[in-house]
Amino acid sequence: MKNSFQNLNKAFDNKIRLGIMSVLSVNPKVSFNDLKEMLDVTDGNLASHLKSLENAGYINVIKSFIDRKPNTRYEITNEGSTAFDSHLKALEEILKQL
Amino acid sequence: MKTTENYLSEISEIRKMMQESSRFLTLSGLSGILVGIYALAGAVMADSLLFTSHIFSWLKGNNVVADLSVLAGIILSLSIITIVILTSIRVKKAGKKFWNIGSRQMLLNLSVPLLSGGLLIIVFVFKEFYEIVIPGTLVFYGLSLVNAAKFTRNEIFYLGLFQLILGIVAAILPSIGILLWALGFGLLHIIYGVLMYFRYEYSPKG
Repeated sequence: MKNSFQNLNKAFDNKIRLGIMSVLSVNPKVSFNDLKEMLDVTDGNLASHLKSLENAGYINVIKSFIDRKPNTRYEITNEGSTAFDSHLKALEEILKQL
Repeated sequence: MKTTENYLSEISEIRKMMQESSRFLTLSGLSGILVGIYALAGAVMADSLLFTSHIFSWLKGNNVVADLSVLAGIILSLSIITIVILTSIRVKKAGKKFWNIGSRQMLLNLSVPLLSGGLLIIVFVFKEFYEIVIPGTLVFYGLSLVNAAKFTRNEIFYLGLFQLILGIVAAILPSIGILLWALGFGLLHIIYGVLMYFRYEYSPKG
């Protein structure tokens, strides 16, 4: 029981960060605006959560320009998808034991 | 410490996000029924233009190919308009957006085989190779659906598979081509639409 709780990742202990990881785990590259729409959050809120996931090394930021407007897209890193998978497994374990 | 409820809601949130962000689930089943009816009407009209030509003889111009092309164009436009309008209504009701990651992926994956197949068939029509039209439209439409199914409800995969089979049968038996076309674009769409409507849209409380 205790073990499973330890396997939960602190980085994902938030609904928005969990949502970001869920979307990025099934889509190769997702733009800031698509994420915002999907998760229904404000710019600032989303940006801060993206920053923390980026700092943890779980997502990559890809900056490019479309019609001279900056277009930021995000993708999950290998490390990120491994961490997310083990977080999901830990969640499942906890639910099984409860 | 979190409760079980928290963990359960987290899991269901993750599942919802994974599904909604990669699949377009609000395609209208009702529009499938209407599209099927248009196609059946179109097949009857095409049949009479080609063979019996009593009921719709007043529609007949000098060039059968031109008549049939206009008919096909009208049915195609009507179908697309119906799908877009009814799906928009459903999307709005569900409080979602029409243009999202799921719908973009679905349309991209649908349009690549559909447009290339459509252009190929048009090229053959200009070369007066008309035998390709019925099996070609069925096969390319089937391929498009099979391809797009990954980004919408999985039932679309089977709809595509049946269209493909009908297309190949139509190539082997061109004499019953129009019947097979009516089965594929008409009857199958109606069955699919009814199934989807009752599975995902209809609720007794309205």
